[in-house]
Amino acid sequence: MTANLLDEPELERDAKQVTWTLNFGPQHPATHTTLRLILELDGERIVKATPEIGYLHSGFEKLGEHLNYNQYVTIADRKNYISPPLNEVAWHHAVEKLLGIELTPRCQYIRVIIGELARISDHLLCTGAAALDLGAFTAFLYAFNLREQIYDVYEEMSGYRFHPGYTRVGGVLYDFNDRVLDKVRRVLDSFPKVYSDMSKLLFRNRIFLDRVRGVGVLTKEDAISMSVTGPLARASGVAYDLRKDEPYLAYPDFDFEVPYCTEGDCWARFIVRMEEMKQSHSILTQALKRLPGGPVNLPIAEKLSAPDKLTTYNSMEGLIQHFELIMPNRGFTTPREEIYAAIESPNGELGYYLVADGSEFAWRVRTRPPSFIHFAVFPHIIKDHLIADVVAVLGSLNIIAAELDR
Amino acid sequence: MSSTTETLADPHAATLRALAREFGEGVFTTSRFRDNLRLFVPPARLLDLLKFLKQRCGLNLLAELGGADYLGYPGRSRERFEVHYVLRNLDTSEKLVVKVGVSDPDPTLPSAYPLWKGADWMEREVFDMFGIRFEGHPDLRRILMPEEFAAFPLRKDYPLRGRGERHNFPRLSRGES
Repeated sequence: MTANLLDEPELERDAKQVTWTLNFGPQHPATHTTLRLILELDGERIVKATPEIGYLHSGFEKLGEHLNYNQYVTIADRKNYISPPLNEVAWHHAVEKLLGIELTPRCQYIRVIIGELARISDHLLCTGAAALDLGAFTAFLYAFNLREQIYDVYEEMSGYRFHPGYTRVGGVLYDFNDRVLDKVRRVLDSFPKVYSDMSKLLFRNRIFLDRVRGVGVLTKEDAISMSVTGPLARASGVAYDLRKDEPYLAYPDFDFEVPYCTEGDCWARFIVRMEEMKQSHSILTQALKRLPGGPVNLPIAEKLSAPDKLTTYNSMEGLIQHFELIMPNRGFTTPREEIYAAIESPNGELGYYLVADGSEFAWRVRTRPPSFIHFAVFPHIIKDHLIADVVAVLGSLNIIAAELDR
Repeated sequence: MSSTTETLADPHAATLRALAREFGEGVFTTSRFRDNLRLFVPPARLLDLLKFLKQRCGLNLLAELGGADYLGYPGRSRERFEVHYVLRNLDTSEKLVVKVGVSDPDPTLPSAYPLWKGADWMEREVFDMFGIRFEGHPDLRRILMPEEFAAFPLRKDYPLRGRGERHNFPRLSRGES
């Protein structure tokens, strides 16, 4: 009789159609920020996933129209709070391109250094947190410990551990002193040990491997069609890196590789990030070895970048220039033009579309955030996986909620 | 490594030649600023141009899509809104910007979704922030603001501090809930 019931085609079809809805996040421990996913489930199998961005409403882009080009760096910081210095570099890269400024060699190297430190710190958190979500707690601790040392560098160079607000138009806030360089060296010295600890804990960890291999596969065609960039695209076989393909700052000076995989699953994304950290380590080593001397800001005569304290207090021109830049309705003028400029952030292409109207405020600050675009990929690659895979896929995409917002 | 003549040559030369052959004169205008090459195209020809750029010129990655409101922009005579599409060629590193203008009262553009799935969320965002509709988009809903929100916050005539939306929510006491 039971067998007959099961053979009943109509009943079977009805049983298949029963799906239920699960709200995954924003309070789930694996949705590290305010991420919310509405999952439609058939048993444990995901039929449909709808990402919900949620309501942060920080108004980043609207604020860009009411803060000047130097002030906005504090907002740029907070867009991706996992790697703030690189966001600053991205913002001022766009502004400087709009103004047509060529930075001094020392400034370019300093920006490369803070940018690569930020990349290491971002990848450490992403790989560490992905491991943490999948049950490997120790690797996360090792990763976070090195992040602390990177914060020490930020603290020494700018006074702030988390949101340095370090770059300025045409330069940076303060020049690097010997103590900063010592701390960067300390990070570089600790890195190989952390890398080997993490790889020992994870590369042959059976649980970790089983949960990431073959999960959340993004094909190369889909990666291109869905505008995916950065480690995600490189894990799917799109070996595109703006540091190589559209070089900016001093990147042409450095010898480094763009690691990529072709599998496109969570494991490939994890490996690409681990390898990228090694490349960043190599760039940092080269940059420290060849760090040029000379001024870090543009000369005062350019009337673009804020003079340092010594010049401000000890020379008339410095004082005037400082006053001009700080007072409202003064400062430099911009061309009445618009520009798109992007850099390679840890997550992918971080671009700014800037519309300038000639005043000291931007007319429009459009951010091209990698996380926003990557979150759109999530429903596509999670389909037909199980609930447990949500954690693995979400961790490998490295979505930052503040970057999803406008 | 590439010789100096190659690096000095215009990276867009081949694309511009192909475009001139296909579209002839008068369909779009070009302008350059720093390393950006921009093509201004009327909405009616937008999809033709994007399709041609993607399929024939190898600009296969839609790197960025966004909008801007030029209401009150000094010396402005073109349409109120402009939407930009940044396309990249993954093989040659070529990059160009396609711009299209659109105006009130019912700003509508064709959707780029049939060409790139990545346009899905980016177009929804432009719709949410500026109220520009994309025809042919499979699921044009608000993405950042709540469904019942009536205004478009990144328009220039929307005030920085909002219109009191945050303060006009009904308040429930514990007893009423």
